[in-house]
Amino acid sequence: MKLRTLTLGLLSASAFAFAAHAESITIATVNNGDMVRMQKLTDDFTAKNPDIQLQWVTLEENVLRERVTTDIATKGGQYDVMTIGTYEVPIWAKQSWLLPLDKLGDDYDVKDIIPAIAGGLSVDGTLYAAPFYGESSFVMYRKDLMEKAGLTMPDAPTWDFIKQAADKMTDRASGVNGVCLRGKAGWGENMAFLTAMSNSFGARWFDENWKPQFDQPEWKNTLQFYVDLMKANGPEGASSNGFNENLALFQQGKCGMWIDATVAASFVSDPKNSTVADKVGYALAPDNGLGKRGNWLWAWSLAIPAGTQKADAAQKFVSWATSKAYAELVASKEGWANVPPGTRTSLYNNPEYQKAAPFAKMTLDSINAADPTHPTVKPVPYVGVQFVAIPEFQGLGTTVGQLFSAALAGQTSVDDALKQAQDAATATMTEGGYIQ
Amino acid sequence: MARAVSTQHKTIATAAAWIVALLVFFPILYTIITSFKSEQEAIQGFNLFPSGTTESYTAVEAQSGYFKFFLNSVFLSVGSTILALLVAIPAAWSMAFSPGKWTKDILMWMLSTKMMPAVAVLFPIYLIFRDTGLLDSRIGLMIMLMLINLPIVVWMLYTYFREIPGEILEAARMDGASLWNEIVYVLTPMAVPGIASTMLLNIILAWNEAFWTIRLTTTEAAPLTAFISSFSSPQGLFWAKLSAASTLAIAPILIMGWFSQKQLVRGLTFGAVK
Repeated sequence: MKLRTLTLGLLSASAFAFAAHAESITIATVNNGDMVRMQKLTDDFTAKNPDIQLQWVTLEENVLRERVTTDIATKGGQYDVMTIGTYEVPIWAKQSWLLPLDKLGDDYDVKDIIPAIAGGLSVDGTLYAAPFYGESSFVMYRKDLMEKAGLTMPDAPTWDFIKQAADKMTDRASGVNGVCLRGKAGWGENMAFLTAMSNSFGARWFDENWKPQFDQPEWKNTLQFYVDLMKANGPEGASSNGFNENLALFQQGKCGMWIDATVAASFVSDPKNSTVADKVGYALAPDNGLGKRGNWLWAWSLAIPAGTQKADAAQKFVSWATSKAYAELVASKEGWANVPPGTRTSLYNNPEYQKAAPFAKMTLDSINAADPTHPTVKPVPYVGVQFVAIPEFQGLGTTVGQLFSAALAGQTSVDDALKQAQDAATATMTEGGYIQ
Repeated sequence: MARAVSTQHKTIATAAAWIVALLVFFPILYTIITSFKSEQEAIQGFNLFPSGTTESYTAVEAQSGYFKFFLNSVFLSVGSTILALLVAIPAAWSMAFSPGKWTKDILMWMLSTKMMPAVAVLFPIYLIFRDTGLLDSRIGLMIMLMLINLPIVVWMLYTYFREIPGEILEAARMDGASLWNEIVYVLTPMAVPGIASTMLLNIILAWNEAFWTIRLTTTEAAPLTAFISSFSSPQGLFWAKLSAASTLAIAPILIMGWFSQKQLVRGLTFGAVK
């Protein structure tokens, strides 16, 4: 009896000591396929780091953004690792809200991160977030419909070709729309697409003195082209379509072309969910011969807030989740096609990955075609391809997005939408002290 | 004299009631139907007949443990309701039976706090919670839910209490009942239908509250609203899984509402017809 009590006592004491020693870190993330997969694979991390426990908080993207912003601005300390995008990283790093990632380990190989992505996540050469998966945008098209239209999609099409192809592919009687593009208002929805598109038309949000540029002909050309193209060839109710809506349309065979995130390639080519899986071709985002393409650059990345008490454990986790070893782990469990794309050059040199993901080369080329530090034809004072990395952009981008969405829906004219956008942007920039 | 109602009228009224009820309930019904579809079926347009697969439920349970969120929801909604009643019954009693000069204004002021958008006070509340160590705690959230629903609880109870003749309470006092006895043994039993429906409504409101419950929690105190939110995805169509998560989240409150619908309706219409 005595022995049993003693053993029990020792066991519970050691359990307590272990529990007290084990450090628990909280990770905030979004419900995207790659993130969900990471949660399933955490056993590998805890096996290698038995003294660190992981707690996951998964939230809808907009809610996540609001939650982590509140927490980081108030130094609430609720999260030790945050999933954030290329928009937040430069702004937050400048505010000293993020810890520099300088202890990722000797075998981490920072230089392997795709330069365009690393550039978007660094401030003054210091990396503040590690990319978990990166994406650009490109053209996904139906090879069968293109053939039927008697056309061949070039690897690097122009906007004129897109229009010509869309006109020929549109067959509304059989439910086929020549082209599906984002129309839903939001800085990360239609404005991501339209800002990237405007870069290829030579437009820019602001000139070197932060003066808004919506009154310039380049923006008029962009918006007019977009509205005309969608009116003639877009799906019904396009002004409320975002990524998911267009994905559903494309998977059901209702779009001839779709220009959107490269990550969509794995969805549209998945025979389980897509009725057109074996008929999809890929091409670079269109241009107008001005030297810039209409594609964006985004990376969901892991960053560590300055308020955390567990910086070392957090960095160990970030290093694990964004390492080459993690890519191999995913490949061994779920196949190379499911490895998070767009972060490491080595992945694209891997013949097995090239075989498993037919869209690999086009994804890498698209990412490399975007330059967040020089996004436009004319010079600009900001960083960001499909956004402007200033805190005011979320609000302003959404306001302008609503105006452009209304122009697409026919509730207002292109000229009126641009005039109102110019007024809204001027007011915001004056209030923010950018324009004296 | 009661108005004669013909069978034809009755049939039309019943049919109309069914149609309206079906329209109101349809979004929930379609969510439940979608939860039994595969992801591919779910995006293939309108279809009332699912294949009956339960793969979404399996996936949802595997991705995040439902039970912990469920327990938090029960604790928060029931706890905040009990707290709210403890504060609101005496408050409503004093306003109904010994109103002062400012009673009406106080009632209006209480209600006016509900008119402010919650996000306007997000930062102050967040800072208070941070400094008092209440972030991600069940107690903190319970107090928060109690406070945001308190105006409605006080208003509802006040309306019910006003229906009770003051003379009965006076009679109790004549018989020597103390204030405590008067509230506990005379007023409360007479207002049971009102209190019950207030309680039920408050539990439903607290269960469905999705602003504070998502913003003030992370892992420990997160209820079912956070559970649903984790299945909404900006990139990828997971409608069947989202529907399964929603069905799991609303099922308990739907079942509770079904069983207590008599009390709810009686309470909500209490005093409506003189």
